[in-house]
Parts: sequence; structure tokens; C-alpha cells
Amino acid sequence: MTRRLKMAIGLGATCSGCDMTIVNLSADLPIVDEFIDFVFWPTATDMKLDYLKKIDHIDVSLYHGFIRTDENEEIAKLLREKSDVLVSFGACACFGGIPGMANAFVAEDILREAYVMTASTDNPKKILPTPVSKDDGRELTIPKYLEYAYPLDSIVDVDYYVPGCPPPTDLVKDVVLALKDYAEGGKLPKKGTVFASNLSQCHDCTREKPEKIVIEKFHRIHEVKLDPNKCFLAQGVICMGPATRSGCDHRCINVNLPCRGCFGPLPGVKDQGAKMISVIGSLLHAGNENNLTDEQIAEIIDTIPDPMGTFYRFSLPSSILGRKGGKNNGKDSH
Amino acid sequence: MTEKFEPKIVAFLCQWCAYAGADLAGVTRLKYPANVVPIRVPCTGRIDPQFVLEAFSEGADGVFIGGCHTPTDCHYISGNYKALKRYLILKKLLEQMGIDPRRLRLEWVSASEGQKYARVIKEFTEEIKKLGPRNGRDLP
Repeated sequence: MTRRLKMAIGLGATCSGCDMTIVNLSADLPIVDEFIDFVFWPTATDMKLDYLKKIDHIDVSLYHGFIRTDENEEIAKLLREKSDVLVSFGACACFGGIPGMANAFVAEDILREAYVMTASTDNPKKILPTPVSKDDGRELTIPKYLEYAYPLDSIVDVDYYVPGCPPPTDLVKDVVLALKDYAEGGKLPKKGTVFASNLSQCHDCTREKPEKIVIEKFHRIHEVKLDPNKCFLAQGVICMGPATRSGCDHRCINVNLPCRGCFGPLPGVKDQGAKMISVIGSLLHAGNENNLTDEQIAEIIDTIPDPMGTFYRFSLPSSILGRKGGKNNGKDSH
Repeated sequence: MTEKFEPKIVAFLCQWCAYAGADLAGVTRLKYPANVVPIRVPCTGRIDPQFVLEAFSEGADGVFIGGCHTPTDCHYISGNYKALKRYLILKKLLEQMGIDPRRLRLEWVSASEGQKYARVIKEFTEEIKKLGPRNGRDLP
């Protein structure tokens, strides 16, 4: 006997590409209709926050986007409180995502840059957004901008993870089928399950890999003509494949672009970027190092222009340091 | 600050060279600051960049890596080079993350260089003392 599940899809700081991937189920959307009732989904329907507050119970919630304002945080907490199952949906919710790279700066600097410093900004009074402002006797409120970006699981307890930017529709279908099984009285997967492969991108990559991969010089993708059948690393282009979970069917690699790491770290790894740094350390002039001086190696390393942006493109807020100065900021030590 | 600042320094030392060098410094009764917590690793190539980041995240004021001299001293042929390359990238990363890259230092110390070990630890401790505690970010 299939029961109908009440589902909510909550939004954090998101581009809503994750909503698109759900809509992209297209031909499979009727399966959703068989057993799911949407009780809250602001992207698809006109539902305000007050409406969410009035709902007593939700069976399954999806949350996409990271947490950057106190409103994002409130929605995350409300969903957790009311839902039996909370799914962290998409790279932003799971690891912080691309906008999570803002954690290399503090909130004050970001606001000043965006509202005062940029050449196209005309703001002579240097007014920055504040949660409450007064205009003509009226009071206007906007959500408070938090000091840093946070992944969902650093704010509330999360049951399942669906990585990807956005998660591929095939994975969304896996989630839908798992929920359908649950609705029919079956068991849910183990808590903490990541709806993706447990192996690295390289494991099922079909590109031709030499017996020993050696990087001699780093190239950015616009600098070289990339061979579509050969391993990117062997061509000197940084590909996050070795440090990234598989399950996306290589959608970037198949169009001749290196993996950027949106599926996050492999099981048991805390810090995706650190693992990639480790990989580069192993491959650069591998086996040939003693023909170079330490200084020559330093020169080659110096041609990586932006280690943070390259190795932590999707995972900075959930990495070990996590933010400027580190999560503990060294304050605990003295 | 009224209290004198005593930095916490984590040192990852390879068991064949730098750790033996540290041992020699001890046996020779050389004096060097007691701020260092030495951690013996089989090879500097075994130092996962996560170890270094974890040390900084848990509040270390400095991280020291000691290994075998390049080009040919490494017991495992090229572990020291792996460490060197990772260290160079980590320096750049730390700077981007608002941590002064001088807080991470790599030195080649052989098993016979007890003197050098005592000297570089002394130098490094002095430098970290000058940089001060890591309360917040070092860099703007």
C-alpha cells in the first residue's frame, strides 16, 4: 500500500539550478506525482515562509543552497524540525559550493567590495545593507548577512546527501525511487548515504591513461589544444578527478573539460583540496625530480595561479580550514 | 599581552633523517626551545596536506616539516620531493586563507645534523614568536 509523502523543497543561498534538475526529470515526473504531495516549494509555487511555519509535519525535505543569511538558517532549522528525512541537495548544501569560496574573505570586506569599492557602484554615503533600515518613517527589514558561508550539515543534522552542481537528473531519479520504496513500506538507505558512487572519477573515466602519469608543466585550459581521449593530468591540465567522487557520468570530462570537483571528496576524506594538493605533489615531474633543483620545482609550482580556487572550487566551507584564518581561528589555543 | 607568548609548533619529522637528527640533538644535549611537538612519520612523503591543515585548524602557531636532503637522501627515493611540492602549494594556499605562509617551514635535516636541527627549531620558534599568536587572521 503506497502512502503519499509530504515533501518540502527549501531554498538557501542558491541559484536554483537544483530546482531545474528536478524539473528535468521530465518523462519521469509522473512517478513523482504518484506518491508525492509538495507542501512547500517556493520556486514552483507562491509559498511564503509563514506558510512553512504553519505546517505540522513533513515526510521528506530537500534543501538546496548554502547558508549565508539568518533567513537561510531559519528555513533549514524549520525543515529539520518538521521533517522525518532531510536531504542535503546539491554541492552548495553539501559542501558550500562555488559561492562558498567567499569564505576566503570576511563578510565586512565582501560587503564593502560589492557596495562601495567596485568601479560601477555609485554609493557616496557608503551605505551598506543592514537588517533594519528606516525610510520615510517606514521600517524595512532584510535578512542578516552572516559572517561566513556554511554547508547545511554544519547548521542542522542531515540524513542524506545528493552532491553535484547541479545533481544530475539520474541521481534525482535514484532519490525519487528510494523514496517511492519508502512510501510503499520499504526501508530507507542508511543515514549519511551519499547518492553517488563511492569511487573516484578516475576509476570509471575512459580516457587513455599512461602507465605513469607525469605532469611537466601546468597549462590552463585555454593555453593548449586538449586531446579528447587522453587523461587531462597527463596533458598538464589540473583535473580534480582523482580527489572527486564519481557518479555524474563525467559530464564535464565528456565535453573535453577537466573535472572541477562538484561531487565533493571521496568517502573518508575530510578535505578534497588537500587530497588534490597531494596528487599534484605526486605527479609533478614524478621520477625525474632529482634532475631539478628545489628552486626550479618552486618555479613550476608558482605557475598554479590560484590553489584555493582550483582545489576548493566547491568545498571550501566544509574543508578543514573552512574559512579565512581557519575555523577555530587559532583562538582556542591560548 | 602581559603573559609571555609561547607558541605551539607541530613538527612532522621523517624517521630516517630529521627525527634521527632531533634524537642526535638530544643525545648531544643541545639546547633548543621546548615549543615543538615532534611527530614521527615514516617519510615526509607520508605527510598528507590534511595533517598540516588540521594542525593549523586545531590552533598550532607554526608547522615544521623535517625530511631528508634532496636530491638523493630519501630512504624511499622521492618522498622528500613529494613533501616539497605539497609544501610549496600549501604555502600559497595558506596565504590565500589569511594565514601567514611563514608559519609553515620545511627544512632538510640529515641524521647527522643535530646541530642544524637545534638551530632551525630555534630560528623558527623565534620567528613564530615575532609573528605572534594566531588570534584571527594574520593577513588583511
